[in-house]
Amino acid sequence: MAGYTEEELAEDLKNQEYKFGFTTEIESDKIPVGLNEDVIRLISAKKNEPEWLLEYRLNAFKIWQDMIEPDWAHVKYEKPNFQEISYFAAPKKQYESWDDVDPEMKATMDKLGISLDEQKKLTGVAVDFVMDSVSVATSFKEKLGELGIIFSSFSEAVQNHPDLVRKHLGTVVPTKDNFYAALNSAVFSDGSFCYIPKGVRCPMELSTYFRINESGTGQFERTLVVADEGSYVSYLEGCTAPQRDENQLHAAVVELIALDDAEIKYSTVQNWFPGDKNGVGGIFNFVTKRGMCHTNSKISWTQVETGSAVTWKYPSCILKGDNSIGEFYSVAVTNNYQQADTGTKMIHLGKNTKSTVISKGISAGQSQNSYRGLIQINKNAHNARNFTQCDSLLMSDRCGAHTFPYIECSNNSAKLEHEATTSKIGEDQIFYCQQRGLSEESAIGLIVNGYVKEVLNKLPMEFAVEAQKLLAISLENSVG
Amino acid sequence: MTLVLSKKMDTFLSELTVPSNEIQSNIIEQLKGMDFPTSRDEYWKYTRVGKISNTKFSNTTAPSNEIDVAAHLVSDNYIVIENGTIRTELSQTNSDFAINYKDATEVNHLVNLDNNNVFTAINSGLFKEAISISISANQAIEKPLQLVFVSTGESNIANNRILVEAGKSSSASVIISNISNKANNCFNNTIIEASVAENAHLTLHKIQNESATNLSVSTEQVRQAKNSTFKINTFTLTGLLVRNNINIAVEGENCETYMNGAIVSAGKQHVDNHTFVDHQVPNCYSNENYKYVMDDQSTGVFNGRVIVQKDAQVINAYQNNGNILLSDNASINSKPELEIYADDVKCSHGSTTGQLDEMALFYLQARGISRENAKKLLVSAFIGEVISATNDDTVIELIQQLLSNEYGWEFA
Repeated sequence: MAGYTEEELAEDLKNQEYKFGFTTEIESDKIPVGLNEDVIRLISAKKNEPEWLLEYRLNAFKIWQDMIEPDWAHVKYEKPNFQEISYFAAPKKQYESWDDVDPEMKATMDKLGISLDEQKKLTGVAVDFVMDSVSVATSFKEKLGELGIIFSSFSEAVQNHPDLVRKHLGTVVPTKDNFYAALNSAVFSDGSFCYIPKGVRCPMELSTYFRINESGTGQFERTLVVADEGSYVSYLEGCTAPQRDENQLHAAVVELIALDDAEIKYSTVQNWFPGDKNGVGGIFNFVTKRGMCHTNSKISWTQVETGSAVTWKYPSCILKGDNSIGEFYSVAVTNNYQQADTGTKMIHLGKNTKSTVISKGISAGQSQNSYRGLIQINKNAHNARNFTQCDSLLMSDRCGAHTFPYIECSNNSAKLEHEATTSKIGEDQIFYCQQRGLSEESAIGLIVNGYVKEVLNKLPMEFAVEAQKLLAISLENSVG
Repeated sequence: MTLVLSKKMDTFLSELTVPSNEIQSNIIEQLKGMDFPTSRDEYWKYTRVGKISNTKFSNTTAPSNEIDVAAHLVSDNYIVIENGTIRTELSQTNSDFAINYKDATEVNHLVNLDNNNVFTAINSGLFKEAISISISANQAIEKPLQLVFVSTGESNIANNRILVEAGKSSSASVIISNISNKANNCFNNTIIEASVAENAHLTLHKIQNESATNLSVSTEQVRQAKNSTFKINTFTLTGLLVRNNINIAVEGENCETYMNGAIVSAGKQHVDNHTFVDHQVPNCYSNENYKYVMDDQSTGVFNGRVIVQKDAQVINAYQNNGNILLSDNASINSKPELEIYADDVKCSHGSTTGQLDEMALFYLQARGISRENAKKLLVSAFIGEVISATNDDTVIELIQQLLSNEYGWEFA
């Protein structure tokens, strides 16, 4: 390609559209827009839910009606009209086995690089694939079943293990926790449920791919992971979404429960549609994620956030048991007109609890990227220990990077450290790379990779590769 | 449905006499529709003002005859202000600074104040005479001017307004001492307006040493023109509730801004420092260092905020907050914030909270120093860093003396 100049390449990159922006055309079973008690009863009835769950939803709806949408986050957006959203969309056909799955849907998954057949054989990853709101295929269930591990869609779990669900649902994120958690509790459509029995080490990474696929459908996922005493599980969550012009709401709730001596590792790669380069469209990602750590347990959150027009997400740990450990590793990338207000909360209640927070923000284009974190050491959290580092990298002179850490300490045996830096990539660093024959773009890629490595290292292998690619895509043409 | 307005403000104002001029009575009228901040207000999240809002203060108490400020004087150029009233007969000034006393109708304000802030509005509506201090251009004044604010009596409110205007290429420092003289449950509400002109250097030292039941809210609103340097050192030793707001607008290029704070608290003290540096233009430097030593049931709040506005490139801004909790019941809430809208910046903040290092204590004890003295030594070293950054021997000496009186801490 002799005639292809750098200017043309730059132009191509500028016009490049969202890579995963494709729509699968599948008939879906959608209920009319709007939200009222009848809609909730309808959702509950469609899913054949027991009475107590309907009560739970209706109670949440009542609470939600009295709540006001919060506006303290450092983001600006047009608030969604909750009466213009359809609260339930399920693919019409239900499948008996994997072979019956619609070929078009299979093709979608191929595009996403998560062909189930292949993964069954090669990677050993069990995938609970969520197309819109209902899980259509769950693999590896039998193999997991042998170990007593329950890994299924949330609705299935409600049917098959109602006691387990009832015991743990809402114990970490109570209904009235916040506006979007209350909304989710009222209308959650589906999600994943995972239970690891006592002393079992889950042999494979459990993975769910979420995908919003129906125009105008808010997705309200509910995930519940319970790791019983002495067990271990690594859970992956990844998202890509097709391109849309209207804003779509995603308000998920994730609850993790690590009982005594258990360990949960929860990794997310989030790549919802971020809106186009003029800031039109994109997903609103208002998520409540929280884990409860019992004695000697550990919960580790790792996230790579590249998507969504507006993100509002604080994966947190309640370190209730003595000697429990909470970790948070995050890379948040914002480009164009994206806005992210993300961080974590570490609530230290037990003795000798430890938490580590590493947050790396990268802002480019005209985006705004905020870290907001709370470290709370309560009166009885003797010898609690926290280390927080939040760094921000600025890639253009029109973007913003902000840090709002809250550090509350009420125990004098606690040790807390917090540090934050904000800077741009040094010109000398780029110059050094260029001297050695790298283009400016790849020099920046290299430096950014080094910057986020600390976090990416915490991701499981296959995720780390995907995450690295995502970072490169997200930051293309953002060099200012 | 009828709207029920909080009557707190009406009660608060009921015993207070408003100076008879249109400006101030208008402000008080507006104030009646406002309410005191609660923990729902982001910038008052950790500080309850009930002790202020629930008290009926008086601003007409007769002056006291037994004021003794000698122990706190470090300059022979000083003004004594008792409960918001200037006591010229107790003051002693020379011609270094041009000092004028002006009422609300005569004051030429140096900055825009936010009268939507309740405490600002209370001050604006009630101050009697503002102290206007100017430093003429090209004048370097070696000896500082000292303002001694004395609280006396029971439940008195003092609304102090000070204007400091540093002329071009001038250099000077002002010491603000807050002390009590047999005072109980008094409220000190002070606002300092300061403007630092081109090439000027201005330093403010604040020494807060009020009685154990006194309340205080003070606000410094500062503007910096190009090539200027502004320093503010805050030393909080005593006082039941102390809230300091420092707002600095850096409006000219090549400015330097320094904020230091040393806070030592005990008993049921609550000390809250909010600082805000607004970098509006490129090529500036700001540095902030606050250290807290908290004992007994005292609580501390630190909120440092730096904004780098769009196109304000090449800004270096640093914030540091170190906290030591000496007792099981002390607590600290720290919130260093950065809001950056430009890319060619170097901004960082650090916050640490911990206790005295056991190893260090052991080391000193092994060398024959009692545990109590070893603690004092370590605390002195911790807080001494901030105190020595003052670079003013007389101020350092005074602080050392006061700390030694209050807490028995000696500095080498």
